[in-house]
Amino acid sequence: MDEITAGLSEIDCDVLVIGGGTAGPMAAYKAKMKNPDAKVVLLEKANVKRSGAISMGMDGLNNAVIPGHSTPEQYTKEITIANDGIVDQAAVLKYAENCFEMIQELDRFGIRFQKDENGDYDVKKVHHMGTYVLPMPNGETVKKALYRQLRRARILISNRYMATRLLTGKSGRIAGAIAVNTRTAEFLVVRAKSVIMSMGAAGRLGLPTSGYLFGTYENAANSGEGYAMAYHAGAKLANLECFQINPLIKDYNGPACAYVAGPFGGYTANANGERFIECDYWSGQMMQEFYKELQSGNGPVFLRLNHLKKETADHIEQILHTVERPSRGRFHEQRGTRYAETMIEMHISEIGFCSGHSASGVFVDEFARTTVPGLYAAGDMASVPHNYMLGAFTNGAIAGEHAIDFIRDVDFDDYDRADVLAEQERVLAPTKREDGIPPNQIEYKVRRLVNDYLQPPKVTKKYELAQQRFAEVRADMEEAMVARDSHELMRAMEVASILDCADMAACASLYRQESRWGLYHWRTDFAERNDEDWKCHVLLGKQEDGTMGCEKRAIQPYVIPISDDEKDAYYKQRITAKA
Amino acid sequence: MPLANTSTSVPVIVDEDKCIADKGCTVCVDVCPLDVLRISELTGKAYMKFDECWYCMPCEADCPTGAVTVNIPYLLK
Ligand SMILES: Cc1cc2nc3c(=O)[nH]c(=O)nc-3n(C[C@H](O)[C@H](O)[C@H](O)COP(=O)(O)OP(=O)(O)OC[C@H]3O[C@@H](n4cnc5c(N)ncnc54)[C@H](O)[C@@H]3O)c2cc1C
Ligand code: SF4
Ligand code: SF4
Repeated sequence: MDEITAGLSEIDCDVLVIGGGTAGPMAAYKAKMKNPDAKVVLLEKANVKRSGAISMGMDGLNNAVIPGHSTPEQYTKEITIANDGIVDQAAVLKYAENCFEMIQELDRFGIRFQKDENGDYDVKKVHHMGTYVLPMPNGETVKKALYRQLRRARILISNRYMATRLLTGKSGRIAGAIAVNTRTAEFLVVRAKSVIMSMGAAGRLGLPTSGYLFGTYENAANSGEGYAMAYHAGAKLANLECFQINPLIKDYNGPACAYVAGPFGGYTANANGERFIECDYWSGQMMQEFYKELQSGNGPVFLRLNHLKKETADHIEQILHTVERPSRGRFHEQRGTRYAETMIEMHISEIGFCSGHSASGVFVDEFARTTVPGLYAAGDMASVPHNYMLGAFTNGAIAGEHAIDFIRDVDFDDYDRADVLAEQERVLAPTKREDGIPPNQIEYKVRRLVNDYLQPPKVTKKYELAQQRFAEVRADMEEAMVARDSHELMRAMEVASILDCADMAACASLYRQESRWGLYHWRTDFAERNDEDWKCHVLLGKQEDGTMGCEKRAIQPYVIPISDDEKDAYYKQRITAKA
Repeated sequence: MPLANTSTSVPVIVDEDKCIADKGCTVCVDVCPLDVLRISELTGKAYMKFDECWYCMPCEADCPTGAVTVNIPYLLK
C-alpha cells in the first residue's frame, strides 16, 4: 500500500456525487430513488461507512422546523436575523418547508428522535427566538442507518478517491471530475452529466491553539477541496468573509454547551461563574461577546454545569462523552475534570469556512444549483446559512432530485483532454522530486500565518501582509513540495486546497469594508456595520484574467418581511446589569 | 532541502495479542477517515503509521476484538 502507481482509468455516469459524509449519501440516494435507471456514483476520500462530520453520530437536530413548535416562516425570519440580514430567503424557506418530511424519512431509516410523554416531538428552545433543537437518543446510529439505505439502493460507491478538480465542458456545463486514489495515486476520470459537491466545510484553514494539525473542530478530512474545486471550475462563492468560529472546550475540539447542556440549565459563564450572554445559540454576534469576555478581566470563559443537581450534570456528561465526540470523556479523565464538580474551561476554535454553522459557501439557489450549469452543492460547503446536519440531508435530497431532472435533457459535455493532462502533471509534481519541503511543513506554515494574520479582529495591513506571505508559500509549494508515497501525496493535494482557501478568505474579507456578523467579520479599521453600502452578498470568483476577485450581489427581496424592531435582535446578546 | 526523520508519539495503540490482522482483518484500516492506520508487514498487526488523528474513534468502536485504544494526542491532552 501507498506506492505511487499513477495509472489512469475512466468511467461514465449520470450523476456524480463527491463527498459521502452527510449531504452526499442523501443526494445519491434521492437521485437513485427518483430514477432507478440512472447511474449514480458516490465518490469519497475516506470510507462512506465512517466518513464526515457524523462519522460517530450526532447529539441532535439543531434546526428542526416541526409543526406545532414552529413554522417555516418563523424559522426563515430567525435565520435572516441571525445572519444579519444577508440571506436569500428562498433557499432557507425551502429547507424549512422540506425538513419535517426529512425527519420522518430518517425516522423510517431507524433514527429515533426524542418524544415527550404524549408522543410529541420533544423540541427544545436554544435559539434566540424560536424552538428548533430536537435530541436524538440513538444518535450514534445515524451513519449506519444511512449506509444501509445506500447499499439497499445499490449506489455505486468509490471509497478512498480524493477529488482534486472538476471538469467543465466546451458548452460551459459541468462535464465531470478528476480524482486520485489516496493509496495508489491512480487517477480516475469520471465523466458525468451532472455533479453534486458535498465535501463538507473547509476545516483545516486555521490552526488549533494546540498546534496539532488534525485537532480541528471539523472532521479533519474536510480540507476545503470543495471550495477550491468550485473556484477553479468558475463557480461563484458567497460571503467567505463570514468565517466559522465556534465555542469549544479549551484544547479539546468538542462543541461545548448550547444545544445539549442548555436545555438542562447549563450555560456559558465567565470566571466568576456568571452568565454573560442571553442566548447560547452559535452566531457571530454571540461569539463577539464570548471573545470580549475571554479578553476581559472576567475571563476566561467556562461551561458551567456544577450548579446543577449531580444527576443532571452526570447525565449531560454521559451524552457529551459518548455520541458525537466520544474521546471527550478520555480528555476530561486525564485532566481530572468532572462537569458536576468544576466549571470547564472553554475557548474559541480555529477559523474555517462553513455554512452549516455560519454562511461561507459555494453560492447556491433554492435548488442547490451553483452558477455552473449542472453543478450542485449541498451541506456545509453550500451557501445556505446555519444549515447544520438536517440542512445537509434536506438540501442533499433537493440537489439529488433536481440533478435527475437536469440530466433528462442533456448529454455528456465534452471536456478538453489537455485539462486532464495538466491536472496529472500538477498532482504528480511533488512525486518527481528527490527532496524538498514535505506537505506537513507547508501546511503548518500556511495555517500558522492564517492564525497570525486572518483571525479576527481583521486589520487591513495584516491582511495585505498575509497575502504576500501566502504568495511566497505558494511559490515554495509549486517549486519544492515533495511527496514520497501516495498518502503524503493526498496531504500535498490538501495543502493546495488549504492555501487556495486562505487566499479566498483574505480576498473576501478585504473586499467587505465594514464589520458584520459579530466576530466572524470584525474589522477594526472599518468597525461599524454599513447597511447602505454592504447589505448585499459578496461573491468571489475567478475573473476573466484568471485572478481572484469579488463583486457585490443584491439580496433577493425578502419573502418574509423583517420589521425594524426585530432586525437587530441577535445584537442583544449581552446580559445587562440588573437595576 | 534534505529531509530528516523526526519522531512523534502517536495516540492510537493496538494490542497485538488481540489483533487478528494476520487472519485477514483490516477493519480499523478501512474505516479510519484520516487513513492513518496500516497493517505492519513485519508483525502482521495493525498500527498507527501516521500521526494525523482526529481522535474520532471508529477504529476502536468497530474493531471486532477490542484491540484498539484511542488516546488523546500529546499536544492537546
Ligand atoms: C463535532 C461536530 C458536532 C456537530 N454537532 C451537530 C449537532 O449536534 N446537530 C447538528 O444538526 N449538526 C451538528 N454538526 C454539524 C453537522 O454535522 C454538519 O453540518 C453536517 O454533517 C455536514 O454535512 P456535509 O455532508 O456537508 O459534510 P460531512 O458530513 O463532513 O461530509 C463531507 C465528506 O466529504 C468527504 N471529502 C472531503 N474532501 C473530499 C474530496 N476531495 N474528495 C472526496 N471526498 C471528500 C469527507 O471525507 C466527508 O466524508 C456538528 C458538526 C461537527 C463537526
Ligand atoms: S480492527 Fe482490530 S483486529 Fe482488525 S486489524 Fe484492526 S486492530 Fe486488528
Ligand atoms: S481515532 Fe479516528 S482518525 Fe484516529 S486512527 Fe482512529 S479512526 Fe483514525
